[in-house]
Amino acid sequence: MADVTKELQKKEAASPEKGELTRQRRVYNPDVDIIERKEDIVVIADMPGVDDKSLDITLDKNVLTIYGKVEANIPEKHTLYISEYAIGDYQRVFTLADEVDREKIQATVKNGTLKILLPKSEAVKTRKIAVTAGS
Amino acid sequence: MLWSDLERFGRLLDPFQDFERMNRALSSRLSQASVDFPAVNVWLSGDSAVLTSELPGVDPKAIDISVVGKTITIRGSREPEVLRQDESYHRRERWQGQFTKTIEIPFNVDAGKVDAGFSKGILQITLPRAEADKPRKISVKSS
Repeated sequence: MADVTKELQKKEAASPEKGELTRQRRVYNPDVDIIERKEDIVVIADMPGVDDKSLDITLDKNVLTIYGKVEANIPEKHTLYISEYAIGDYQRVFTLADEVDREKIQATVKNGTLKILLPKSEAVKTRKIAVTAGS
Repeated sequence: MLWSDLERFGRLLDPFQDFERMNRALSSRLSQASVDFPAVNVWLSGDSAVLTSELPGVDPKAIDISVVGKTITIRGSREPEVLRQDESYHRRERWQGQFTKTIEIPFNVDAGKVDAGFSKGILQITLPRAEADKPRKISVKSS
């Protein structure tokens, strides 16, 4: 099966945004797992701080872009004592191969983890070919 | 949000500026690999601490938080997807497995009043300072 998804940009733990945003915001690439199953491809992305309302998924021709906005909840009247991680939005861009049925793409978010199901289009599912005995 | 906060708090006390400064220092280091998973942020005030950590996809019921004196320990785990025979990974970047993290803050915590919440994959723990630990005003008698 050909490589179905291909990243457009290099992924680092903290990386600058692709194209500038008008707001000053940090943007990160979320870690993803990509699983190929019989009927579909599953993309799972860790985007803590994102829920269904702050998530934007767009498909433009064959480019799939996921963007999650994160609000920094800074406690009032407190000062920072330990800072091991920075807070920012999440973005990741994928190029889909033709084998994905665009109409049936589904996405769910739970506890900051996004799951996208990309069903394989009919043309691509492996077919079992019946063998009949020749004479 | 940023600019109006500056006016309200004044430059010295602006907590967001504090945060941005730390953010900049952090991102100048190329990777966060030197930090034990999971990464936490801790905010302090005179009588409480707020700890936040990013734990996406972790079941909040399975997160174990214990507080003893000045030490907070967080334990939990996240299991990966179980794949069937005909399924395979094209890419595997997300962490999985168990984690334990211990953090120490500068004051004793009132363990009975600790409050922990989990929302959108972010764990937030509020830790009030123990009464006995709060600084006491000592009056000076003149004779």
